[in-house]
Amino acid sequence: MKMNWQILVVDDEEIMCESMAAWLREDGYAVDTASSGREAIEMARRQDYAIYFVDLKMPGGIDGIETLMEVRRIRPEAAIIIITAYATVDTAISAMKEGAQEYIVKPCNPEEISLLVSRIIKVKNLQRENAILRKKLAKQYQFHDIISKNARMQEILTLCQEVASLRSTVMIRGESGTGKELVARAVHFSGDRAQKPFVAVSCAALAETLLESELFGYEKGAFTGAAERKKGKFELADGGTIFLDEIGDISPKLQADLLRVRHERSFDRLGGSEEVKVDVRVIAATHKDLRAAVEDGHFREDLFYRLNVIEVQLPPLRERREDIPLLAGHFLDRISREVGKEVAAISDGAMRILLDHDWPGNVRELENAMERAIVASKEGVLGEEDFRFLQGNGSGRQFRAPAAMTLAEMEKLMIEATLRRTGGNIKEAAASLGIDRSTLYEKLKKFGIER
Amino acid sequence: MTEIALARLAGGMEPPAAGVMEEMRQALEDVFAARVRVAEVRVRVPEASLDGARGQYSAPLVLKALLEGTAGMGEKVLGVTSEDLFIPMLSFVYGQAQLGGRGGVVSLARLKQEYYGLPGDGELLAARARKEAVHEAGHLFGLVHCEQPECAMRLSTNIRQLDLKGDALCLGCAALAMEHGR
Repeated sequence: MKMNWQILVVDDEEIMCESMAAWLREDGYAVDTASSGREAIEMARRQDYAIYFVDLKMPGGIDGIETLMEVRRIRPEAAIIIITAYATVDTAISAMKEGAQEYIVKPCNPEEISLLVSRIIKVKNLQRENAILRKKLAKQYQFHDIISKNARMQEILTLCQEVASLRSTVMIRGESGTGKELVARAVHFSGDRAQKPFVAVSCAALAETLLESELFGYEKGAFTGAAERKKGKFELADGGTIFLDEIGDISPKLQADLLRVRHERSFDRLGGSEEVKVDVRVIAATHKDLRAAVEDGHFREDLFYRLNVIEVQLPPLRERREDIPLLAGHFLDRISREVGKEVAAISDGAMRILLDHDWPGNVRELENAMERAIVASKEGVLGEEDFRFLQGNGSGRQFRAPAAMTLAEMEKLMIEATLRRTGGNIKEAAASLGIDRSTLYEKLKKFGIER
Repeated sequence: MTEIALARLAGGMEPPAAGVMEEMRQALEDVFAARVRVAEVRVRVPEASLDGARGQYSAPLVLKALLEGTAGMGEKVLGVTSEDLFIPMLSFVYGQAQLGGRGGVVSLARLKQEYYGLPGDGELLAARARKEAVHEAGHLFGLVHCEQPECAMRLSTNIRQLDLKGDALCLGCAALAMEHGR
């Protein structure tokens, strides 16, 4: 373990530097030396040292405290030990204020230094182990690219696994950007159709006739420009899964065609008379309220029930805020690698902004925000200023009081929404609302809220 | 077979007793299967190596003088002194050696019971001297500190720790030292 840790000794006196380095090398550490603050800062830029021993008094412009400040800026994780020949309270205070891990007076007892170094290395080893475990944990929260520790999302993912190998149609509902296609893919790739094609079609993006030919294909000469026979998405997905996104937007004619495919597992190509048989699992998604569309007469009731066999309702990101740090960390890793920028972390202040934002565009908006921040950032850590754009454009958390609503009604809605988010978990809901469990029970009784 | 010269340092300093030198020679022979011979070396330590205020000799400067004074004498050389040694950063060192290098020094000053205000104990001094000789020579063979409680390569920063460990190498360190000697 020791071999992995490097130490830098900084002192203008060569004998001091070298003898200390030799002593630490006997302990198995890789030790470098620097004869000035300037040199130490240069070396810190090139190499990540676990511990820096820095002499307080050095000639040549940059003293120990300045070296300390600069190294801390470049390597916030590093442990810096300030060495001095005689302790003065002032310098000790300023060294500690600037983030020195320890302040020691030379000559120092070997036992003291040995304990100090092993204590720091012990912490470093734990930090490293912790980082590895965190990575593993993040993987545990990950199911086919869906990252979540939210209780409701976990239920959804369990459901996805359970229904993965069935042929039943799945209807995924959720706001845009909540990851409907990801869930569809997860269902497909965890079932026994995983080796077969997964074909995604956005029904909103295409005009009716175009969508029809996309879905069912056409025969040569079916219409002007149909020079060749073309297979439709349903045929391409044979044996696998077709994902119909924005199903709420399709025309009555297509609704009828889809109903037939669902019913008879067959269809005709455009301009063809030969029946095409397919074995396709349908997963549909919409951000609309289809039940309301059925009541209004915009969506066929029989098709709705055919599609809505297994219903999955994805919560918006603002109802699973606990996932924001997890997702932000994931995007940080991925995007910084993609754009080739060394951005290692998100500051606490920046995370606060992310947690407070309402995310109308959900996970996709978070992904875009992370990309924008990473591309524009100048430092290795994303700060509050990198996310200013989230607050400026009015999409931030600006509270608008609903008209004609009493405080009690508001309170009831708030409690209901929180319970929905926690999946009925009283303890979690109470903590999130900032009240006692007993107070929450009283309020549930008072408002007649069912758990 | 590696040759180690065990240099009895004199010259402005009180030379160590012959009996202790023999104990150290024997220990090195046992542990490293090396040809070890004791040599009288008058090292002219520079005046600057004695820190008057501390009453101690600077280990890096004594080591430098030893290396210069013993050029051509054995593949490895371990100097032994009765004086107390220090490095600028630390209040004292029992010894110091070049990791995987040619030279090292051992101080007997703090191995003596008298240093702690106790009556002298020749046997205890011999035992401690053997451990320190093996420890510093181990560094010359490229060994770093070992976590094994019994191993002579375990770091001791006080006399209790020194007394707790043995004067032999653990299996791992012994194997590494053999590798290096080859």
